[in-house]
Amino acid sequence: MSEMKYTQDHEWVRAEGDAATIGITDHAQTALGDVVFVDLPEVGREVTAGEAIAVVESVKAASDVYAPIAGRIVEVNAALVDDPGLINREPTGEGWFFRIEASEPAAIAALMDEAGYAAFVESQS
Amino acid sequence: MVPFAGYAMPVQYPAGILTEHLHVRSQAGLFDVSHMGQAELVGEGAAAALERVTPADVQALKPGRQRYGLLMTPTGGIFDDFMVANLGDRLFLVVNASRKHEDFALIEQGLPAGVRLNRLPDRALLALQGPGAAAALGPVAPALTALTFMGITAAEVAGVPILASRSGYTGEDGWEISAPAEQAEALAKALLALPGVMPAGLGARDSLRLEAGLCLYGSDIDETTSPVEAALVWSIGKRRRMAWDFPGAERVREELANGAARVRVGLKPEGRQPARGHTAIHAPGGGAIGEITSGGFGPSLGGPMAMGYVARDHATDGTALDLMVRGKPLAARVAPMPFVPHRYAR
Repeated sequence: MSEMKYTQDHEWVRAEGDAATIGITDHAQTALGDVVFVDLPEVGREVTAGEAIAVVESVKAASDVYAPIAGRIVEVNAALVDDPGLINREPTGEGWFFRIEASEPAAIAALMDEAGYAAFVESQS
Repeated sequence: MVPFAGYAMPVQYPAGILTEHLHVRSQAGLFDVSHMGQAELVGEGAAAALERVTPADVQALKPGRQRYGLLMTPTGGIFDDFMVANLGDRLFLVVNASRKHEDFALIEQGLPAGVRLNRLPDRALLALQGPGAAAALGPVAPALTALTFMGITAAEVAGVPILASRSGYTGEDGWEISAPAEQAEALAKALLALPGVMPAGLGARDSLRLEAGLCLYGSDIDETTSPVEAALVWSIGKRRRMAWDFPGAERVREELANGAARVRVGLKPEGRQPARGHTAIHAPGGGAIGEITSGGFGPSLGGPMAMGYVARDHATDGTALDLMVRGKPLAARVAPMPFVPHRYAR
């Protein structure tokens, strides 16, 4: 399994095979609170980096989830529809959102590493 | 913690909104609502003096009883909503934090000689809410469990002199407890030590009141909404509706006779997706007929819920409507409120 990368929008990205699995970080799920609904993108959709493509609704508020990289949606986590609490319980595991086949695989390597993300979160608090 | 009306307010405690909400419905939660404005109106003719700004029947309120009322604008809008209690020798008022300065100025304006308003900025307000509150409180404060819904009494809890009414903002049995600010922490600790009591924040307070169909001032009611539109005519005294002697009576009378153009209703979206405040409401496949004023997910309801204003033709329970969430129609129906039944100790 490859190294996990991060965005300033609090998404994590993990390259696995020819696609990257994406979810929201533990920090993000803590800030959101209990998730009650997720709106996922359609499989096959072409997305650009930074585009809002999913919505996560917690008991507090609705938040956008952005595509960290450009590419095509190849899979979404259907388990979240019936059990959105997975995002709170296992944000970096079973609570993943979608998989993107990157149009430019190098874009993943350019994202923040774990130490970089930790420093970013620290700087925001 | 978030800033709210000049106070640092806890949205949630470590348990989180969902757990706090469900705990209040199953056992009991303690809320710190000290941001609310408290005051007393003292002197001969205080009740009549208050009736100059509210259509509530204050003069018929018996000692030891509290009621819900509206402060009105001259043109029939809602200036604020509030609680008034008759303490025998004075009236006790609780108003919204965001409106307290305006409310107190409105009430004070042109008070007759001999009636005066005492603001009580040095009093805290705690709310103990939930079906387990009575069993927890009974052993330490029998005077409070002797009250029925909307009863009020002075008492002592954990050595702290308090003023408590059997009321709240959750739809559950419970008490709102006014105490001197310097003793509020000791009181809160004593109440939190009672069996089954957990701290609950503003987030749970909001989802609980929405499930109970209760209005939030500034969202669901404001200076543009009338008591008829807001479905709060029940708070207008029968005597007041005969005399029409309150600010804005003309609009209320006209809307009662001919119907209001829009009315506040409950809404249940299909599925699990919530629709929040300011979401446009459309007739199915048609144009805008209203707007959501409060919306979210009801943890006890187990689904999304909202309230808002719709054109009168679309206000009947069961009417199908579209909620325009992020540009897409979300199917919903007009639904009776409360979404979760009230369980008051009547």
